[in-house]
Amino acid sequence: MQKLIRFADGRAAWSDDAFVTLDDEAPVPAAGGVILSLSRFQTEGEGLLAAGRPVGVRIKSNEEVEGLAYDLPRLALVALEFPKFRDGRAFSSAMLLRERYGYVGEVRAVGEVLREQANFMLRCGFNAFEPSDGATPGDFDKAAHLFRHVYQAAADDRAPAFTERAKTGA
Amino acid sequence: MYRYDAIDAEIIADRVSEFRGQVARRLSGDITEDQFKPLRLMNGLYLQLHAYMLRVAIPYGTLDGGKMRRLAEVARKYDKGYGHFTTRTNIQFHWIRLKDAPDILESLADAGLHAIQTSGNCIRNTTADQYAGATAEEIDDPRVWCEAIRQWSTFHPEFSYLPRKFKIAVTAAPHDRTAARLHDIGLILRKERDGGLSFEVIAGGGMGRTPYVGPTIRERLPAEHLLSYLTAILRVYNRYGRRDNIYKARIKILVASLGAEEFARQVEAEWEAMDKTKVDVPTSELARIRSEFAEPAFKDVTGEAFEAAKKADPALARFARNNLAPHKRPGYAIVNISLKAPGEVPGDCSADQMDALATLAERYSFDEIRVTHEQNLVLPHVALDDLPAVYAELKRIGLATPNIALASDIIACPGLDYCALANARAIPIAQRIAERIADPEKAEAVGELKIKISGCINACGHHHVGHIGILGVDKKGEEFYQLTLGGSAAEDARLGDALGPALSAPQVPEAVDLLIDTYLRERAPGERFVDTYARIGVAPFKAAVYAEAH
Repeated sequence: MQKLIRFADGRAAWSDDAFVTLDDEAPVPAAGGVILSLSRFQTEGEGLLAAGRPVGVRIKSNEEVEGLAYDLPRLALVALEFPKFRDGRAFSSAMLLRERYGYVGEVRAVGEVLREQANFMLRCGFNAFEPSDGATPGDFDKAAHLFRHVYQAAADDRAPAFTERAKTGA
Repeated sequence: MYRYDAIDAEIIADRVSEFRGQVARRLSGDITEDQFKPLRLMNGLYLQLHAYMLRVAIPYGTLDGGKMRRLAEVARKYDKGYGHFTTRTNIQFHWIRLKDAPDILESLADAGLHAIQTSGNCIRNTTADQYAGATAEEIDDPRVWCEAIRQWSTFHPEFSYLPRKFKIAVTAAPHDRTAARLHDIGLILRKERDGGLSFEVIAGGGMGRTPYVGPTIRERLPAEHLLSYLTAILRVYNRYGRRDNIYKARIKILVASLGAEEFARQVEAEWEAMDKTKVDVPTSELARIRSEFAEPAFKDVTGEAFEAAKKADPALARFARNNLAPHKRPGYAIVNISLKAPGEVPGDCSADQMDALATLAERYSFDEIRVTHEQNLVLPHVALDDLPAVYAELKRIGLATPNIALASDIIACPGLDYCALANARAIPIAQRIAERIADPEKAEAVGELKIKISGCINACGHHHVGHIGILGVDKKGEEFYQLTLGGSAAEDARLGDALGPALSAPQVPEAVDLLIDTYLRERAPGERFVDTYARIGVAPFKAAVYAEAH
């Protein structure tokens, strides 16, 4: 079974991936969770959800999460793809899922996922990671806690500097 | 000026320790140069032709004596004793060793300086009016808003991997000294009839190989919503800006391809759907920032000593005519310091000069120094009667060149002498032109003439908006230069028009002379070079240059 890094209570740990990512041509396994492309989800998602199967959708960086808006409450996870680490579109996709659509399920980072970006990903609302650089949960923890303060509000619960200042009367 | 509190200081310290770890991994071979490249770029460290170059941020171009002294120390200890002020109002050190970089950043951090987001596809240093807080023209202090933008954009989790770099300018005066219409976003602050502040928001300007004067996408944005509106613009750009071609990845290409109206519509839709209260800077924080920019304790100054000194010393009088700008407070002046002494490299400043400037700022300018996008420095608040002493000291350190906005006040990128991207040298061309117009009498007679030189089409020397623009091109391994006329980076922003076929390096200074002669012959009373050009067009200039060149 594939391993993922997941954050729970602010700590990173290895976790089993109970989902299988299906190619568009691959047959649907008899049981268990599946992750579909957006186009396959649009044709087959309804049936799988009706059958009570846990379903996730994998969104490419040039696809819009708006297309999932009405289905989000029924989705087990949304996987956002980084085809290259320099392609930052998935950061905006994650922000929209969390902030605009209030999605509370898993948002998974897939593709070229590096420890150097773990902190930004966490801040944008990702909570599960398939690292591509051999990073361990320890590396992700370190990245997540490297900065004691943040300047701006995002999709996590960290208080921006201006809120900290208002509290301490600084 | 804004001074870092404990939170700001800890954020920078954390960054230094992160980078120290990354450099250690690189030096031990744990990561390859390929993997290290984006990490060092995020810390302003470039690999250039001869060595590493470190670009240090000078947020909105504002320095104090302590920071300037620290830059001098870095120049002395880790470089060859000088630094280079850039058109982004940052400073670059061109002779850095990788193993020293973490120590340099730590030393800078102790003085409240850093290299965060001085490179990479992220939101870069914000440009502000260098006369902020000193000019009577402004309706608010733009630095307040620049500091809010600095904080919002620093390590922005959503906008650190944009399609391309991103630059914002803020001005609050009718005369635009920031080139706002040539930035990815330009912000012009206005006062509304009800006394409230609003921004005119310009998006999609830029230079480079496809220059655009940016269109206005919103006439009046209530100032308190600045950050949420910027977030909306950046989100639309991050999602829909092109990523398939580095030369088409700036926001100007997206705005031009969608059209300003459609781009604005998408931004507005994004903005309307956003929880603005979460993003916008709270009033309390704005007030805190504003208090950091409180007006200095100006004194009553008669200016009598200054008037007497000017009568006694024509050189001081000339310096005063060319390098001073009016201050909002009677008895004070804004002092421009030219980094364009004839024969010198535009923007270069030695460690000794930096130390002397720090002392001048502390003693005579309420501990403030500004860096301009034209690669000069400013002492923003000097009492008139202190000017003779300030001038004498500037003269002693070789920084009293009385040529602000004159023909020898040339912007030039580092060019082929330093930059791996360049096609041609820029600095020697600037030097040759400046030498030919070194006679201050002649330079003053010619008046305002902005010459801008880029060593390649990336346009770091802003040639598109030069009154005379000079672009270095490579023709079968030889350096040639294309000239443009009539550009402007000010409130009347405009791209220059091509003059004619490219010229060889030795022909360029000669051609500039001929252009100047043509202007002097044709000008009507009160006209600047660029005004005469606008009236008579390119033909007489072209005839003058190419009649001689062939």
